[in-house]
Amino acid sequence: MNVQTKRWVFSLLLLLISISPARADSKPVNPKILHVINRLSFGSAPGDIQKVESLGINGYIKQQLSPDSIPEPESLTRQLAQMKTLSLNPVQRVQYATTISQGVTSKKEKKQALMGKSREIFQETVTSRLLRATSSNRQLQEVMVDFWYNHFNVSSAKGRNRIWVGAYEQEAIRPHTMGRFRDLLGATAHHPAMLLYLDNAKNKVNNRPDAKKKTDGLNENYARELMELHTLGVDGGYTQQDVIALAKIFSGWGVETDHNSNGSGFKFNSRHHDASDKVFLGHKIKGQGKAEGEEALDILARSPATARHISFKLAQYFVNDRPPETLVKKLSQTYLATDGNIREVLNTLFQSSEFWDQKNFNSKFKTPYQYAISVVRATGMELKNERPILELFGQLAMPLYRCESPDGYKNTKEAWLNPDAMTRRLNFATAIAQGNLQISSLPPSKNPNQIKKPKPQKTLPPSQKDNLNIVKPSKKNQPGNRRNTQTKAATKSIPVDYKQLMMTLGNSFSPQTQNAIASSPQEIRGGLILGSPEFMQR
Amino acid sequence: MKRRDFLIQTGLFSTSLITAIGSNAWIAHSATAKNNPQRLIVIFLRGGVDGLNIVVPYTETAYYQARPKIAIPQPGKTGGVIDLDGRFGLHPALSSLTPLWQKNTLAFVHACGLNDPTRSHFDAQKYMESGTPGNKGTRDGWMNRLLGVIAKKTPVQAVTVGSNTPWILYGQMPIANLPTRGNPKKRFAIDRPQVATAFDQLYSGKDSLSQTYIQGRMAREAIMKDLNEEMKMADNGAPLPTGFAKDANRLAKLMAKDPRIELGFMALGGWDTHAAQGSSQGKLAQNLESLGTGLTALVAGLGSVYQDTTIVVMSEFGRTFQQNNNGGTDHGHGNVMWVLGGKVKGGKVYGDWPGLAPNQLYQQRDLEVTTDFRDVIFPILQSHLKINSSQISQILPNYKPIQKIALI
Repeated sequence: MNVQTKRWVFSLLLLLISISPARADSKPVNPKILHVINRLSFGSAPGDIQKVESLGINGYIKQQLSPDSIPEPESLTRQLAQMKTLSLNPVQRVQYATTISQGVTSKKEKKQALMGKSREIFQETVTSRLLRATSSNRQLQEVMVDFWYNHFNVSSAKGRNRIWVGAYEQEAIRPHTMGRFRDLLGATAHHPAMLLYLDNAKNKVNNRPDAKKKTDGLNENYARELMELHTLGVDGGYTQQDVIALAKIFSGWGVETDHNSNGSGFKFNSRHHDASDKVFLGHKIKGQGKAEGEEALDILARSPATARHISFKLAQYFVNDRPPETLVKKLSQTYLATDGNIREVLNTLFQSSEFWDQKNFNSKFKTPYQYAISVVRATGMELKNERPILELFGQLAMPLYRCESPDGYKNTKEAWLNPDAMTRRLNFATAIAQGNLQISSLPPSKNPNQIKKPKPQKTLPPSQKDNLNIVKPSKKNQPGNRRNTQTKAATKSIPVDYKQLMMTLGNSFSPQTQNAIASSPQEIRGGLILGSPEFMQR
Repeated sequence: MKRRDFLIQTGLFSTSLITAIGSNAWIAHSATAKNNPQRLIVIFLRGGVDGLNIVVPYTETAYYQARPKIAIPQPGKTGGVIDLDGRFGLHPALSSLTPLWQKNTLAFVHACGLNDPTRSHFDAQKYMESGTPGNKGTRDGWMNRLLGVIAKKTPVQAVTVGSNTPWILYGQMPIANLPTRGNPKKRFAIDRPQVATAFDQLYSGKDSLSQTYIQGRMAREAIMKDLNEEMKMADNGAPLPTGFAKDANRLAKLMAKDPRIELGFMALGGWDTHAAQGSSQGKLAQNLESLGTGLTALVAGLGSVYQDTTIVVMSEFGRTFQQNNNGGTDHGHGNVMWVLGGKVKGGKVYGDWPGLAPNQLYQQRDLEVTTDFRDVIFPILQSHLKINSSQISQILPNYKPIQKIALI
């Protein structure tokens, strides 16, 4: 053994020793605790394991099922309160986005000012979502926002929806995540963002007595996706005739942006409604205006096919990509017995033997959204600069609020695990762990200490025209690239403490992962933890 | 061929992956084994494109009656179609493709599609990509099974543009993703040897994450090497339109440069035109123009390799024959498929035209499907890629060629 080899062996030993105290200090964490944190939240943040230990697993579940009872961090409440567009209703949003100060006269300036307004609204939508997802104590609530938003997906790329997706989330999704499914369904059906996205705002029949063909103005888009995606499921037993009947039932449901209106953005226009009697899914529905739509939503929400469809999707999201049939049955039964009470369905799910079956632990591959949020949570960073996260979403083809297709983003492994995605995730993990992404420092544009102010940048660079649903990563702020970042050392993110990270995550790593970490230099260990197979999954 | 076999044969269970990528003999071998392999590129138009407004039956009065707002005028009129064969005309936004039609390397198959009645985007796309209409249980896509048949076990034999693996390429065979736009040859933090070695150790197992990681590392090495060389040359060329055309051109140049890449895939969205689809101008026209420019950039990028390439453009279904009153169309049935390539017998619209009278329409509302989309794939597999019948039946299980289309 020459000197060099000796030194090498010695330092390896040192490394092994230096990592073992973390293991020795903490007694093995109950895998059930890690499982419940993984599925009811976007992953462990510092102190979460201790929190669940003190509440008990059932106490934690019970608490998370009543989000309103959980106090929020003061910093989150304060930051949300500072966003002035957040609480605007759809009509106020239109007004806000179309009102510019009187001093602006030139056409070009006006256009820029208007674009700036809608950008501001969208930016606050994005920022508030990411702030809540990363730092809210009501984690299950945030998880359910992710679930339901994708279930009832609307894209910000369509028409006015850049300013409305935020209102849609605030008004149609958030208040109902654990309430009655019928209320959630109704809220989405009435919301201008949905009416616009699936073209129902244009679903108008010509109702004049002299009109020749009453079906001429029908637009089937919403009716079809309402049954296929939102309620019954594609095999839910409806026909093309039902699609047409439902389109007629929803004719005249449209959008209202007049400032004298009630602000909801919804308007039922009886002149554009097909007043005839209809047969829908075997039910006779009397022509009676808007109430027909409510009746159809009642029928859809009560249907066993809907119970099954929703139960399947919940089981897939929370338990396994291919959920056990026994579980789907249990959830459907609860759904039907409680008239679609989502909280009760979730409770059944979290109490089920299938949920607690060890083979389902850590079996779900995180979506890009879940992955990025869990990284921020694990590091305990306060999110001040969301740009690197949005760029990761773009690189991984999951831009926030921009899923073009009405089925929303999938949450299965086959949808997100691919060779390119793996390398990009690991790159993100490495860069963030080494403090190179400046997630917890102010972005250069907002940093008062900034010497040179760069131009403000778009939150999500849209890929227009060609409609490829992909966001272009900008060269400037690509993960790992520090050349263009001018932030002063005082506000710079610091490298992640890998020992703390280990503790936060309960040190639940396989021997192989532990060995890989232990035999690597200290400065890359944080990246290895955040890029480990265990951390890719939940 | 299983992924595992692929990994064992290429000796990738070693931890020194970088060395494996740099020096493994099979890369050099497979790059020179066959200098002009036959290539196939599939472009999928997601959302159900309105084929009746792409290859327009301009001699039918029913067409103009059913689509007063959105029909494309006859040839010679303002905004009129480009006449193809005296019967059908091409949407004017696709004028960039006229030279390909005139050189007989572009063909269309009309009234083509799925023999399944679904009008769900998601079911229809899945059937088209799995190649097994009516069967949702299929666990892989037909291009991945095709890869299994022509396998030479390289990490970049099939390339998809974008960061998601489409269902058509999903399955046991490894495929590579070509990053869109940005700067794909940019170095990552994980490219640093120290970090890479550590991750190699972390992902050296037989599980799916490890295998995907290994494929990603290999594909990245290979593609970055290609792009580095390609970009040095490309700097002199004229700048391309952004977006799809740029991506298409990049894919084409990679395929032209690297004979290991035999299959390519790209998807384009934005074709679900329920309202305001426009006619000669408007939303559909804009999208078609980007598509036409992209296809031209694809052909240009392929250069002489176009001779050995077939390009297929497809979509999950067509749209209703009648326009709706929002100046759009709803989900329909039959559609047009496009086939381009150096050996394609083009300049022709193939397929049995079923007619547009109410009793000729499918369920009295959509263009009938008279040609199964697999009838178009079949001659490409057989005559272009020279795949034998028993192998074709692995790629397209439970499919018997119904009608022979002499495309190649």
